[in-house]
Amino acid sequence: MDTVAVALHVNGDYVEANVLPRLNLADFLREHLQLTGTHVGCEHGVCGACTVRMNGEIVRSCLMLAAQAHRSSVETIEGMSDSGEIADLQAAFRDRNALQCGFCTPGMLIAAQDLLQQSPQPDREQIREHLSGNYCRCTGYQAIVDAIETIARQRAGRSP
Amino acid sequence: MTPRYPPEMLSVLDRPNSYIGKTVPRPNLDRLMQGRGLYVSDLELPRMAHVVFLRSPHAHARILGIEMSAARRMPGVIAIVSGSELASVITPWVGVLSHLKGLKSAPQSAIAIDRVCWQGEAVAAVVAASRAQAEDAAERVSVEYAALDAATDMLTALDPATPVIHGSLGDNLAFERNHDAGNVDQAFADADAVVEAEFVFGRHTGVTLEPRSVVADWNAGEARLTIYQGTQAPHMVQNIAALHLGLNESQVRVVCKDVGGSFGIKVHIYADEMATYALAKLLRRPIKFVADRVESFNTDIHARDHRCKGRIGVKRDGAITAFEIDDLTGIGPYSMYPRTSAIEANQVVNLVGGPYVTRNYRARARVVFQNKNVMCQYRAVGHPIACSVTESLVDLAAMKIGIDPIEIRRRNLIADDAYPCVSPSGLRFEQLSHHAALAKLVKMMEYDRLRAEQAILRAKNIHRGIGIASFIEVTNPSAAFYGVGGAKISSQDGVAVRLDAQGSVICQTSITEQGQGSESLTAQIVGSVLGVSMDRVRVVLGDTDNTPYGGGTWASRGAGIGGEAALQASKALRKNVLDVAAAILQSTPGELEIVNGRVVSVADGTPRIELSELARIVYFRPDTLPPGIQPELMATRHFVPREYPFAFTNGVQASWLEVDTDTGFVKLLKHWVVEDCGTIINPQLVDEQIRGGVVQGLGAALFEKCVYDERGQLTNANMVDYLVPMPGEMPDIDVGHVVSPTLESELGAKGAGEAGTAGAAAAVSNAVNDALMPLGVTITEIPLTPQVILTALGKI
Repeated sequence: MDTVAVALHVNGDYVEANVLPRLNLADFLREHLQLTGTHVGCEHGVCGACTVRMNGEIVRSCLMLAAQAHRSSVETIEGMSDSGEIADLQAAFRDRNALQCGFCTPGMLIAAQDLLQQSPQPDREQIREHLSGNYCRCTGYQAIVDAIETIARQRAGRSP
Repeated sequence: MTPRYPPEMLSVLDRPNSYIGKTVPRPNLDRLMQGRGLYVSDLELPRMAHVVFLRSPHAHARILGIEMSAARRMPGVIAIVSGSELASVITPWVGVLSHLKGLKSAPQSAIAIDRVCWQGEAVAAVVAASRAQAEDAAERVSVEYAALDAATDMLTALDPATPVIHGSLGDNLAFERNHDAGNVDQAFADADAVVEAEFVFGRHTGVTLEPRSVVADWNAGEARLTIYQGTQAPHMVQNIAALHLGLNESQVRVVCKDVGGSFGIKVHIYADEMATYALAKLLRRPIKFVADRVESFNTDIHARDHRCKGRIGVKRDGAITAFEIDDLTGIGPYSMYPRTSAIEANQVVNLVGGPYVTRNYRARARVVFQNKNVMCQYRAVGHPIACSVTESLVDLAAMKIGIDPIEIRRRNLIADDAYPCVSPSGLRFEQLSHHAALAKLVKMMEYDRLRAEQAILRAKNIHRGIGIASFIEVTNPSAAFYGVGGAKISSQDGVAVRLDAQGSVICQTSITEQGQGSESLTAQIVGSVLGVSMDRVRVVLGDTDNTPYGGGTWASRGAGIGGEAALQASKALRKNVLDVAAAILQSTPGELEIVNGRVVSVADGTPRIELSELARIVYFRPDTLPPGIQPELMATRHFVPREYPFAFTNGVQASWLEVDTDTGFVKLLKHWVVEDCGTIINPQLVDEQIRGGVVQGLGAALFEKCVYDERGQLTNANMVDYLVPMPGEMPDIDVGHVVSPTLESELGAKGAGEAGTAGAAAAVSNAVNDALMPLGVTITEIPLTPQVILTALGKI
């Protein structure tokens, strides 16, 4: 099978690769770049475990081809953790035990950060609504909603 | 001088700076939150190949031939292996246990040989350099089938006209249990009212977000198999793999790193996992199997799928005179291995009527084979069925005689001072607290205010309902669960604790972690008992080479059994440390204590020696110790309950919801739980176990169902069509506690992992029926989909 050349930034690093046209972005990140924090749960865009940020917007990496990521900038949970961007959310998740097995958590954190960037002071219903594309089988969601609500308030308190 | 904290008078749980009963964050969450966990699906090994299983599209068919030559020529293909070829390295198994009298099943192979018995059973293994290449090659394998009649409906499974799935067994009846206690006929005759209903429970499954995954690595050079698997029971996997591959257990190591959800799904041994172990041995290299989501739906164990007729007798004054049930469940074509598929029905018989005083109870449970995916133990095994049947009957009886659902429970729940006692099915209860729990629930939910609100809204044609469900839960199982039936599944657990050379603690435990907080509760106990801070305790689990032998984490047993082993091991190590300290300090152990990582004087708290200094002397300058002293800075203890076969817990749940009688949608407004798991080690972890468990029960109540057609085809095997609870549909859940520690252990902890799931669906069903009472409609089926509700309302 012929390959296609892709060049993109992943967590700020410039990456070039030749990939099969059918390779999806989740498998590219996991298998080619060993960024295994991006998880594959349902393989058809429902569960949200594979959520990453591309050019500032959250996407399902299992529904995108690696080739579609050409010339884009992709951020994964590893990059967003190292930059410190979501350190407050991670601390709140830890304090509130908003994760159990942790498999959904990278996608959950990225979706939560997306919400707080779009809508700095969401109420609980808005938080639940925004997370509706992210499944968690362990927590029952309440702790996740609590953690995000806490950080929304905390960030709002800090801003001028 | 009065001692500040006389150690012999205080329990080890009350020591200074104890973590017991405190909310502290779980260790090592950062790894998971940063995407730096290691799930089996993340693992790569040198020379690793990938297996994809070709699976039967038929529910029941004879395999006439498998043509592999075209597939073998595909790029990257390493091997294509049939069931008969694989049988040269792995033997078949039969999922029976001797204490489930009469339970029968047929031999099951890792890959089907000659015949397939459910849609999704593997017929060939395709091994290639990459998963994509294996999938490509699998498409070129052609299997010729001759379709056979499928027995799919459990209601007709025992009819003479229905094909018998395994001819050698004679019929499709896997197991039957009958129980008769008290005088049931007389009790019904004495009742002022008798209510009957038939309850239908949808077949559903666990949907762990990480599918089942295995990497099996046979190293021919050391004749040893290493199995990396997200399992709840590593030593069980070790035993079974060795047994069927013809190895000694010492030749098998099972390593369990991070696990992406388990809920009972990952406590079994699946045929495709056995095939992966065998392929590694056959091909002499690491083999990776990660189920895709369609495979998960078709092969992860399903659960529930019961039809249960129930009957209750009640006096005018509210006294329940008797319960009677007749339960039927279909388990697929094989009883699962090694825990069997008869346990759930057995539990239903054990648990129905369990919270109540009546001595009159008759039950029959039948377990039948069918050509559908296998069924087995999933979170709260049997409890949701038993609780829903019991609590629905209690509500129907209350309705019949016109008393309040709270009141009928008050009149019939076993009194809190009546323990110890035995249930009509023979369960022994050490100490339960039904009435205290109910009283607390009524207060938390402001029951009277809600009833008033409900009445006002009813006048406005808004249909809100309150549902109550009391429950009991099996936790801390002894050997009575599996061991007595011949299964090599340990009911005891072990913990080893040692002081390292810098005075930190390393603790190896045989319980496992899938997110419940096993690591945290172990560190909390060890830190508290030893007198060191939790961040100096490192917990190692999930490795048969590096932990004591034990059962693992399932059946709500980790805290109660593994936690007690941790407590006893820490006590032993503390004694050893104080013996050495006394020798070094020319004191006596009774005059010394460990607080905050240093040995202090009991009398006045004066620091005497840091643990790091003590460890330095022991490990590097033992020549300076007094003659005859041989320090043991490591201690191991094991624990299993011996007095009671199970530590029963209890609790009560309530649901407040609104039914839209035009659309059939149910909106969950609020949910309450009061439960009693004995000593609470970490309140936050217990509450989150309860909440997560409740939401799995709510999924069963409203959404989750594996929909099969009459030919045995699973029609919704994906996460679009199979609905699980999403955040927008779930209510906030308030959790309260009553604390009745078990006296079987010093720790006093019982389990909490399944209580939420046990009663959630019952509370919702009762609330829906409460909402619809003015319309004269009672529904006894879950999931309560809009279709079910609108059908009951006569609107479709």
